[in-house]
Amino acid sequence: MGKLLNLKLRVWRQDNAEDSGRFEEYDAKGVDTDMSFLEMLDVVNEDLLEDGKEPIAFDSDCREGICGTCSMVINGTPHGGQKGTTACQLHMRQFSDGMTITIEPWRASAFPVQRDLVVNRSAFDRIQQSGGFISVRSGSVPDANATPVAKEDADLAMDAAQCIGCGACVAACKNASAMLFVAAKLSHLSLVPQGQPERERRALAMVQKMDEEGFGSCTVTGSCEAVCPKEISLDFIARMNREYGMALIRKGTV
Amino acid sequence: MASLTKKENSPYWFCCFTAPDGTRTKRSTKQTDKDKALLVCREYEKAASDAKKLVLTENQAKKVISDIKEKVLPRVEVVQKNIVERPPYTSPLLNSKIPTGPIEEKWNKHKFDLKLVNPANKRKYEVIVVGSGLAGASAAASLAELGYNVNCFCYQDSPRRAHSIAAQGGINAAKNYQNDGDSVYRLFYDTVKGGDYRSREANVYRLAQVSVNIIDQCAAQGVPFAREYGGLLANRSFGGAQVSRTFYARGQTGQQLLLGAYSALSRQIGLGKVKMHTRTELLDVVLVDGQAKGIVVRNMVTGEISRHSAHAVVLATGGYGNVFYLSTNAMGCNVTATHRAYKRGAAFANPCYTQIHPTCIPVSGDHQSKLTLMSESLRNDGRVWVPKSPSISEKIRNGELQPSNVPEAERDYYLERKYPSFGNLVPRDVASRNSKEVCDEGRGVVSSGLGVYLDFSDSINRMGEAAVRERYGNLFDMYEKITGSNAYQNPMTIYPAVHYTMGGLWVDYNLMSNVPGLFAIGEANFSDHGANRLGASALMQGLADGYFVLPYTIGEYLAESGWGDCPDIESSEFLDAEKAVRNRINKLLSIKGKRTPTSFHRELGKIMWENCGMSRNESGLKSAISKLSELREEFWGNLNVPGEKESLNQSLELAGRVSDFLEFGQLMCRDALQREESCGGHFREEHSTPEGEAKRDDENFAFVGAWEHKGDGNEPVLHKEALEYEEVKMTQRSYK
Ligand SMILES: Cc1cc2nc3c(=O)[nH]c(=O)nc-3n(C[C@H](O)[C@H](O)[C@H](O)COP(=O)(O)OP(=O)(O)OC[C@H]3O[C@@H](n4cnc5c(N)ncnc54)[C@H](O)[C@@H]3O)c2cc1C
Ligand code: SF4
Ligand code: FES
Repeated sequence: MGKLLNLKLRVWRQDNAEDSGRFEEYDAKGVDTDMSFLEMLDVVNEDLLEDGKEPIAFDSDCREGICGTCSMVINGTPHGGQKGTTACQLHMRQFSDGMTITIEPWRASAFPVQRDLVVNRSAFDRIQQSGGFISVRSGSVPDANATPVAKEDADLAMDAAQCIGCGACVAACKNASAMLFVAAKLSHLSLVPQGQPERERRALAMVQKMDEEGFGSCTVTGSCEAVCPKEISLDFIARMNREYGMALIRKGTV
Repeated sequence: MASLTKKENSPYWFCCFTAPDGTRTKRSTKQTDKDKALLVCREYEKAASDAKKLVLTENQAKKVISDIKEKVLPRVEVVQKNIVERPPYTSPLLNSKIPTGPIEEKWNKHKFDLKLVNPANKRKYEVIVVGSGLAGASAAASLAELGYNVNCFCYQDSPRRAHSIAAQGGINAAKNYQNDGDSVYRLFYDTVKGGDYRSREANVYRLAQVSVNIIDQCAAQGVPFAREYGGLLANRSFGGAQVSRTFYARGQTGQQLLLGAYSALSRQIGLGKVKMHTRTELLDVVLVDGQAKGIVVRNMVTGEISRHSAHAVVLATGGYGNVFYLSTNAMGCNVTATHRAYKRGAAFANPCYTQIHPTCIPVSGDHQSKLTLMSESLRNDGRVWVPKSPSISEKIRNGELQPSNVPEAERDYYLERKYPSFGNLVPRDVASRNSKEVCDEGRGVVSSGLGVYLDFSDSINRMGEAAVRERYGNLFDMYEKITGSNAYQNPMTIYPAVHYTMGGLWVDYNLMSNVPGLFAIGEANFSDHGANRLGASALMQGLADGYFVLPYTIGEYLAESGWGDCPDIESSEFLDAEKAVRNRINKLLSIKGKRTPTSFHRELGKIMWENCGMSRNESGLKSAISKLSELREEFWGNLNVPGEKESLNQSLELAGRVSDFLEFGQLMCRDALQREESCGGHFREEHSTPEGEAKRDDENFAFVGAWEHKGDGNEPVLHKEALEYEEVKMTQRSYK
């Protein structure tokens, strides 16, 4: 067992998308430093339930930092500010006794709140549906080793492909831009030879969809990279801009 | 020779056979399915001929026959026991439809024999796919590519977040890219053997065959697999395999494969061929005329209940490891979909087969909500030990002694001691059971007493910290994030945790359950791993089912049943199912007792872990069954779920899942009780060698045990599918 902390929580409570929402305060007493942040919330929720109150709704699934479900702004920073760490991987030993912790949902008009800390991120799915794929049918493909991929390209593609689609980049950005997310997907697919045939179509379609969904524009403040739990690099945004520029020149209607 | 005929006014097949007195006799089989009818018919004939050979008296035989007629399903088994001396006999409920012919040709032949749906007609069919993990996403995308209209459901906010995303290690395929002697046959052989001879040979062979297509498919989708400098795909060996056949994408293979399947699915959603329903939970399966024709779901944001009908229903809803409360599964993993299907008549096969993974991070306290897996590869360079004496362990637990201060002579490297030739690399189940054993002796080293050391100090001394960091750096970082401890300086602590469930809905070779029109794929079915799954084979199976098997085999059922209108969702079957769902929800909300859903879940998990976990025995299982009845009773009398049904209500969701786990847990215990042998992940203490090793009983238990629900309050009935091994000779494992 670790040390025990007494904390104050200020948590965003909102009944549904229409409700205007408010902060509520809770005491979290005897929090074991070995707990994860979400386990701390579990314990607070069990106490609320025992008092006949409704628990705080928040999203999580894998609790291993890989599914991208957990999504909360902790003391002003999406995922809580530990480098390369999702909220579910954050542990209470990062906090000190007596602290007040403010917990809010992602805030972006493209991610409407559904309840408390739960938001709707389906805009990300729709961006993917607009072109975030390589069009191959099941079964009609060549042998995997028929197309060699330089290790450097494969590794870089993997760096980009690690994005977990959590949306922290959007939540951190003052413009609520989704550039880092889209750049990661575009870069992943344009770095492998299999992605070449649809490269331009893809860039045009995904960027257009991103704009339609109401994400803001990028002013390269870098706040996205700073909070990204997978440490997706800003370089991919530069790559995406080049990609989009080229596609516009060759195919786009400006 | 017995033969089958149809009569004009009867839906049943009739069997013509020679009765013991030599007269030609015609009897109804009471079966509408020709295959099942044939099985029953053979029973008639066999019984008759045995009677004639005076194995049975004529009267006995007559009784036997009338028994078959009355109660076809359960009786046949008993009858067979009496006549042929081959106790595990296949129940007619379980027609595996394994194609004839040599094993290498079965799948190709079968593909040719399967009925096809004309391309122009495919768009007249509706298919429901529940689940968007590797199995569900690949199936939904492939079916849509073929032209079917698909409705796909998942409980997460995006299909990309399904639990498959968490798989780390890799995916097997018999590509033999390393030229190290791998082949389809070897992968098949390893899987049958690894499954401890409790899987179907024909299915496993097909799995090994299509494994090679999976890698091609994923590479074409842009999955960034690890590569060598020459640009070709890299491999590693995994889970004790003697060849390097595992493909991987850093430590995130499941994520990358799922994103590949998700991209194919997204494309079909964009094209309008798949309609995706996220944050939607299946709460019941609807049968019309005995066939699966739809589902009832709840929108988890608005609470709206809706009915959906289709020509076929595919369940790809993953495993049930969370019945143990703590497992490496994602928080939302549940048994609801498969359990509801079971309650509607689908047989549930081998529920007791669960896999426990030896290297997980130990529980740190009551607050623990899930467990984290540390890759199995760590056992290549880490040494497992505990102190020899419980008193030293106690000092460590109280923080009075550091592990580095325990002298070499006081350490017990128990795996190396007991299994000199395999040492720390013994299979998952052996490593797990031994950890439990030493902890039960009071020699555990974490505060709960449930943890052993995995020590890298020898490796660090031998190859230097940098080399260890290069191999395992990300795992050591993850370990430190969770435990706050630096594994380069202190040994890691590990303990086994529930990781995977081999049991699932019973399916035939076409992946269809015994309920026509209801298919199960991925971890949700029971088919390919027998009593134990090999590392890196679950991803393979999920994608094999979804990309390459189901899209063909579902055609047979669809072609046969035709594309007429989908059943009306205003029909009584749908309305009744919806009503049952609503009643359940109302009930959960109206109890207004004292205990939270989590507290019940935790207690359930404890009962299961203690009695139906790493090792099992008769008295433990029996007491678990009665404890679970009591717990269930308390649940329905003392549950506290606040809030409303027409809103996002996570307590309500959890309560629903726990209520299903509570019922299902009992089925697992029943199955574990029935299986009087030790095999794979199922270890019965009564059936072990004097050294404590597992003892399989091929004579009596080489069968798939599939349970049929007989209504609440009644005992479920066990059906057996005999397993026959024509290719791989059954042998007993030994790791000494
Ligand atoms: C930590 C970890 C590591 C692993 N590593 C490996 C590995 O290295 N190699 C390997 O081969 N295997 C590995 N496995 C096993 C493997 O990941 C799983 O067996 C496999 O991914 C299961 O895939 P699936 O498609 O069957 O189900 P899942 O991926 O679990 O998907 C289930 C789907 O069903 C949906 N669903 C479930 N219930 C409902 C419901 N009631 N209503 C609506 N939708 C529902 C979910 O939303 C989800 O979309 C690992 C497992 C774990 C836990
Ligand atoms: S780029 Fe980073 S922060 Fe943005 S969605 Fe992907 S993983 Fe999350
Ligand atoms: S819950 Fe999966 S990333 Fe946090």
